[in-house]
Amino acid sequence: MASGHPQVVTLTEPRPVRWAVIAVGLLFLALFVVLPVVSVFVQAFEEGVDGYLAAITRDETWSAIKLTLLTAAIAVPLNVIFGVAAAWLISKYKFPGKNLLITVIDLPFSVSPVISGLIFVLLFGARGVLGGWLGEHDIQVIFAVPGIVLATVFVTFPFVAREVLPLMQDLGNDEEEAALTLGAGGWRIFFQVTLPKIKWGLLYGIILCNARAMGEFGAVSVVSGHIRGETNTMPLQVEILYNEYDFVGAFAVASLLALLAMVTLVLKKGIELLQMRARS
Amino acid sequence: MKLEVEKVTKRFTVKGTPAVFDASFVAAEGGITTLLGPSGSGKTTLLRLVAGLERADEGRILFDGKDISRLPVHERGLGFVFQGFALFPHMTVRRNISFPLEVKGVEPKTRDERVDELLSLVQLEGYGERYPRQLSGGQRQRVGFARALASRPPVLLLDEPFGALDTQVRVELRRWVAELHTKANLTSVMVTHDQEEALELSQRIVVLDRGKVVQVGTPREVYDAPKSSFVASFVGSANVLSGTVDGNKATLVVRPHEVRLARKGRGSVGTVIRIVSLGASVKLQVTLPSNQQVTVQIPRGEADTLALKVGDRVAVELGTPKVFFEDYAI
Repeated sequence: MASGHPQVVTLTEPRPVRWAVIAVGLLFLALFVVLPVVSVFVQAFEEGVDGYLAAITRDETWSAIKLTLLTAAIAVPLNVIFGVAAAWLISKYKFPGKNLLITVIDLPFSVSPVISGLIFVLLFGARGVLGGWLGEHDIQVIFAVPGIVLATVFVTFPFVAREVLPLMQDLGNDEEEAALTLGAGGWRIFFQVTLPKIKWGLLYGIILCNARAMGEFGAVSVVSGHIRGETNTMPLQVEILYNEYDFVGAFAVASLLALLAMVTLVLKKGIELLQMRARS
Repeated sequence: MKLEVEKVTKRFTVKGTPAVFDASFVAAEGGITTLLGPSGSGKTTLLRLVAGLERADEGRILFDGKDISRLPVHERGLGFVFQGFALFPHMTVRRNISFPLEVKGVEPKTRDERVDELLSLVQLEGYGERYPRQLSGGQRQRVGFARALASRPPVLLLDEPFGALDTQVRVELRRWVAELHTKANLTSVMVTHDQEEALELSQRIVVLDRGKVVQVGTPREVYDAPKSSFVASFVGSANVLSGTVDGNKATLVVRPHEVRLARKGRGSVGTVIRIVSLGASVKLQVTLPSNQQVTVQIPRGEADTLALKVGDRVAVELGTPKVFFEDYAI
């Protein structure tokens, strides 16, 4: 066997080494990924399917689920618009402050989420910069839904821009310029030429953005005020239930978030495959 | 139809040298006007200024006497063919060609008829339902031409249209473009760095060097009566030699086929250092006593009679070289 392909021999480790390396990898994966995920579901179904459903449909939990969906439904579209607009601006135009804008887009990634939440408290809270004015007009931002939405938008805004920008820069402007010389206006160029070029990257960004919007804890925790049935999102509800030793309730909500994560991963993989097929 | 470019200047940076400086030329009805120059000469920028893809800092662009320099791209209505084709990858060939007609709001039936007409003009009948990635380079560029022609623009602007193609396809497509211009009576402005392409296709050549127009003329004029040693050496191959004429330092330019060789005779005596057979002709590299080298191209028959070998001494007669009194560093 070795005579014809000596290089195969030198590139292949002895069998025991191979098995050892694989075993270490699998063990690690089992201990830190599979076991926790499985235990979430085991705990959630400790009292059977009925117990699980009862835990999820309890008023407080149900309103947390609705608030999470509402927050994502506002934050994700806003960040799609912002992300695509920023990527378009940066990849198609030259202007002073362009590099600053690119850096600022990454800011939410580099700042601790707790600080992100605190920024909004300092801005909109009762003693904040805009607090007085908001109080006079009876507008509640902090410890209310608007604050949660704002904090989520802030924390999740890099996702779409970060996916779409490199794609737009890579693909260049030739097709857009061609459309321009063929008489097309800006909106038509965007929807008929640019959007089809970036659609997979955009979808990818949307999915990541959505996952983070639903799962964000730190920033939201600071601005929420933890009012039961009103300003608790799913991650916050998990914490409350857990602190009250309601393990079935806590793990039932956690299982929904885990499910969201798994769906996100499957979609992400699916998009990557579609993207590869579209290119070949 | 008449396209006039008047004293146009374009700077991309405030300080550096302008990409295009004080450039003027006229492109008249019928045939191809070529903007010819080496890379960095500003030829593509000049074409993009005409199209409206860039804004000129100074000067005017007139179309049939009307100033179009402030009009946006789509109001100029000039067709543009890109070096990299720039087809829409997610649209079929048919939809690519019909795109400008859709933009104009042409009715679907009229659109289809026009697309069929164009597909036959570019000899791609039966390819309408394919996607660009399913076509060869030459076919893609023909779709590029069809799409640019769809809404009957008065002028086509061609930005190195053969630049992304293999040599053989390039030669074929070049012939096809020449025929297309005669058949459809098109008027074009083409950018190229390939002097052979320019000589073959153009009615008029605009030679550019470092952002400036250095000569405008028919291919014959530019080849036979170059205004500078740069033009002489860039358009057609040429030997550029330095020497003295009437006591003044001068640059002498002589085409390889104009040089005469003899076993014995007038002219300076040089040494053959290289012989390359090109089939119908033979190219020789000869070192002159001044230590400068000249390339000589002679017909095969003449070469056979001379029967020169590398290392042979040979009499070189430069004929009547063009003389330029200029400081021009090649």
